[in-house]
Order: sequence, then C-alpha cells, then structure tokens
Amino acid sequence: MDFDIFIQILAAAIAAGTPFVYAALGELVTEKSGVLNLGVEGMMLVGAISGFIAMAKTGSLIVAILCGMSAGALMAFIFAVLTLTLMANQVASGLALTIFGVGLSAFLGLKYTSIALPGVPEIHIPFLSDIPVLGRLFFSYDILIYSSLILFAAISWFLYKTKAGLILRGIGEAPKSAHALGYNVIGIRYLAVLFGGAMAGLGGVYLSVAYTPMWVEGMVAGRGWVALALVVFATWRPARVMAGAYLFGGITIAQFHIQGFGIEIPAQLLSMLPYIATIIVLVFISRDQNTIRLNSPASLGQTYHPNNQ
Amino acid sequence: MAITRKHFLSGLIILACVAGLSLSASAAEKLKVGFVYISPIGDAGWTYQHDLGRREMEKNLGDKVETKYIESVPEGPEAERVIRDLAKSGYDLIFTTSFGYMNPTLKVAKMFPRKHFEHSTGYKTSKNVGTYMCRFYEGRYLTGIIAGKMTKSNVLGYVAAFPIPEVIRGINAFTLGARSVNPDVKVKVIWVNSWFDPGKEREASEALITQGADVITHHTDSTAPTLTAEEKGVYAIAYHSDMSKYGPHAHLTAATHVYGDFYTKTAQAVLDNTWKPEQVWSGIKEGSIELAPINPVVPKDVVALVDSTTKGIADGSIHPFQGPIRDQSGKVVVEAGKSLSDKELLGMNYYVEGVLGNIPK
Repeated sequence: MDFDIFIQILAAAIAAGTPFVYAALGELVTEKSGVLNLGVEGMMLVGAISGFIAMAKTGSLIVAILCGMSAGALMAFIFAVLTLTLMANQVASGLALTIFGVGLSAFLGLKYTSIALPGVPEIHIPFLSDIPVLGRLFFSYDILIYSSLILFAAISWFLYKTKAGLILRGIGEAPKSAHALGYNVIGIRYLAVLFGGAMAGLGGVYLSVAYTPMWVEGMVAGRGWVALALVVFATWRPARVMAGAYLFGGITIAQFHIQGFGIEIPAQLLSMLPYIATIIVLVFISRDQNTIRLNSPASLGQTYHPNNQ
Repeated sequence: MAITRKHFLSGLIILACVAGLSLSASAAEKLKVGFVYISPIGDAGWTYQHDLGRREMEKNLGDKVETKYIESVPEGPEAERVIRDLAKSGYDLIFTTSFGYMNPTLKVAKMFPRKHFEHSTGYKTSKNVGTYMCRFYEGRYLTGIIAGKMTKSNVLGYVAAFPIPEVIRGINAFTLGARSVNPDVKVKVIWVNSWFDPGKEREASEALITQGADVITHHTDSTAPTLTAEEKGVYAIAYHSDMSKYGPHAHLTAATHVYGDFYTKTAQAVLDNTWKPEQVWSGIKEGSIELAPINPVVPKDVVALVDSTTKGIADGSIHPFQGPIRDQSGKVVVEAGKSLSDKELLGMNYYVEGVLGNIPK
C-alpha cells in the first residue's frame, strides 16, 4: 500500500473517531461518579439537531456548540432528576432517555431536513500544515477535532491530578464514605451527569455541523452505543478511550478502503468488524477480574440516597 | 373474523353506492389524488422528485384535481393502513412511491376495485394497479460521458447502496458512458449497505478520493458525497436531484428523474375514464430522465456531445447498452449490432469491463 494513502487513512480515522471521543469521555466522567447513563445516543441526537438549528439560524459555530452542549446537558438533567432525586432505576431511565431523544430530535428537525450548511473549515497553520507527512497527520483538522484533544488532556488532568477529581472518583467508589466525610454526593453526581450530557451533545454537534454538515433523522446511527461500549473497552481510562475511539474510526475507514482496493471480503462482514472488535476486547478484559475491579467504579449503576443507609 | 367480513361487505355496499353517485356527478367533481412517500420531502432526493411531479400535475390540471401526500410512511403494515385510509377517504388515484409498498398496494387495490393505483419501481400489476419507473440508466450513461471527459486520474468513484440489478445497471451504464469517450477509465465501487447514511456515504467517498478517484457519483440518497467532493476539491455527479447548492464547485451535474408529465397524463386518463393498468418504463424520450444544469467548468464540446447523445437516445439511434459489451473477464456479453432487451436489463447481475472489484454475493 502506498504510504501516502496510509497517512490519509489515519487522518480520516481521527476525524471518524472524534464523535466517539466526545461522547465516551463525557460518559467516562459520569460513570466515574458512579452513575450509568445509557442515554448517550439520545443526548447526541438532541445535541446534533440543536447545534444544527443554531448553525442554520446564526451561522456561528460558537453558538452552535453552546446550543448543542446545553441541549445535551438538558437531556442529562432530566435523567439526573429521575435517577438522583427520584431514585429511578438508572438502566431503565437511560434507555428511556435514548428513545425520547430519538423522537424529540426527529420532531425538532422536521423543518431542517437537508438544509445545506457551509461546514467547518480545516485550520491551516502556516509551515506546520505544509510539512509533508506530519502536516497531514497532525495539522490538517478542523477546530472541533483540536478541541477534543484539549478536552481529553483537561479531563485526564482533572480526574487524576486534582483534588476535585479525586473526590469525584471517591464518590464513584464509595458514596457512603464520601458522604460521611461531608461531601455532597448527589450534588456532585448531578454535575458529572450534566457534564456527560454536554459532551454527548458536543459529539452530536460535531456530526451534524462538521463531519456531515446536514441533518437527517437518526443520523447518529448507533454511535452513542459504541461510545458506551468504548468506556468499558477502555476500562474507564481516558487514554484508552482515545485509543479505542481512533481504533474504531480506523476500522470503519479501513473497511471502505479494503473494498476500494478490490480485496474480496463481503461488505456486510466488514461492516460488522468494529462491533466484533468491541466484543472480543470485552471478553478479554472481563477474563481478568483485577482489571475490572481496579478501574471500574465500585458503585456504578447503584441508586444512592444519603438518608437511606 | 365474522365482524371483519361484515364490515367488509357493508363497506362494499357503501362503496358501490358512492361510486354510483360519483359517476353521475363526475363532471363537476374534482379528482382526488393521493401520494404516499417513503421519506420527508426535504429539498433533494427521491421523494423530492416525486413531489415536484405532484406539484407540476396540480399546476397543469388546475382545479380538476385535488392532491394530498403523506410523508415518511414506513414499508410494511403501516403502509397498508395509510393507503387504505386514502382510498377510504375518497382518493380515486393513489401513487405509492417506494418498492416496498408493492404488496400493500396490491392488497388495498383488491379491497377497492373501483379506485386506481400506481406503484413505482414494482413489478406486480393487477386490474387496478399499474407500475411506473424511469430508465435511470440513460441518465447514468450521459453523466458517465461527462465524468470520462473530466477525470484526470482516470479513476471514477461510485458509492453504491445494495447490489441489486437496478444499482448494478446504473454502475454499468455509467462505466459504459465514461469508456465511450475515454477507454482508459476505471470505476471503483464501494458498497455502504444503506440507502441513506450520510456518515457512511461520506467515509466511502473519502476512501474513493484517497484512492485516486477525482469524480465521485453515488446511488444513495443523501447529499454527503457531493459535500465531501466539494470539501476535498474533486468533482461530483449527484443523483435524484440537482445538488449544486451543496457543492457549487464540485457538482458537475446530476442524473434526475422527472414525473410531472407522467402524473399529469395518468390523472387526465382517470378523468377521461381511459386509464388502464400498464407497466410504464419511461426514459429520455418521454421526458422522464433529465440532467441537472451542467457546471460551466465542463467544456462546450463535452456539453455538445452530451446533447447529441441525449438526442440519439431519445430517437433510438443510441442505446446505452449497445454491443459490443464485454464483462470484467473480457468475454463479450452483448455482440456488436445488438443491444440488451428490457428483460435482460431488469435482471442484470454482472459488471461490465472497466468496473473494478466484484459484486458482493
């Protein structure tokens, strides 16, 4: 294979993996606080259409990003009220949130089907973008891809280098102890869930405003579920989430290239590849109880109420 | 069961009365025409073209007709309900515009023998169900000529949905058109296994461009291939509708299908009581296939060649599947002086010479 094509595939994989990066990092923070929100797909869809409408109305990317993030956070807020205040079951509420999001986004988007948006230009950095191989690989993306990298660094730093991050993780591990120490478990979980929603919304905005600048019903097409799987795939580590997201993007892109090169593998089989990869990795990490126990938040998915212990 | 039959019988009696009444008063009555669409109308794509046809019919026939459409009707039981409701509420002519409406249409038509039904892209007819389809491949052949002339890399990219004869026919016609003006052209095909998935269509287009294709076309429904071509600075040939506003520089033209004439004629026939169920397969000659305005970057002589080929297809002197045609192995599948019959076209299951890769099984 031509080296240049290889670089192009890598660059395309980064772009294809970016929606996963946003949604999965957000979900990671939520899960680190001990809450399992299965509504990622729905939050991404509502974020996508809200960002799209804002972009179509104002033409401003910043407004689109803010609208998409707020819409995602609003969806997450519904989930938080249900599960944290009203103590509903997290799995059922999360699934309901997704179904709600699919319908709501289709309804909001009725008048916006196939409106043309200008898209988000790639940033051209003088000199750096012109370096033959590295320029294409590192300095040829749009602003939303760079900001996902910055968010990754910020989240890693927050979770593992700050006291606030430690408290968040502590709440995910042992909410009772955190409560006994005087931390507001429910309040902090609210913030984590809202953050996860905003990130999922941003992932949706990336899809509808930058990646394929258009709105169609259900355009997130299962990426929210993949993001959920990625968090487990990565055993709740931000760096592995990034690796997993790009690997996933890479397999998606590679399967089209394999077809283009005329290699004889049924297209249907190739379409399954990313999902098979997730299942295989899940099997491998589940075999080793220690990895799970070390990284998985101990109270994940359990309802918690301070007065009820 | 008994209740259903009773309802059905009383329904029939009422229907007969209504039909009798309407016959006596038909001169002053408007013809009510219903349309069933698979997706939202939007502003480009399969359903949009059908809706353009509906609007043109309304314009042509004025107050002789009254139309109604129902969007986003999923194929299957839901479709049957929608078609039945239309028939029940007095729609005398109903167009159902997706392949999967075939059996629901036939079923409802049996219940309403005095109503007229037209089903698009199907192959089953009955006493009151006709079918209609366009010769999409004629448009493909013309766009192939433009692509063959505009490519510098001699690699054309084709984003395809599902390996069924209709799609394969389009790929072959496009390839034959391109190779009629540029024998070195190769066509790369990527299957995305979806009629409508902008993300996948974008990724497939990007892969084709990376692998050297400098003109992209597609047999999928979204505008993503045109958008991607615009972004990457290559050319695109759209399908269904003019998509030039999604890629003003990339968009060379689009192979579109036009239904205004057909809808007008059919409604007029029903008004005149001359309607018969037919299997209509119409193309350039009947005005059912057109190209969207050609981008000014296409040289004048190429536009002239497209025009003369269009005329040739219309008067029958040119057939896109005119022999000699070879398949991928170089074997002659259509001998010189012959062209493929409609039946052979409808069952096409091989690639012609110049298409790379194999048809997924």
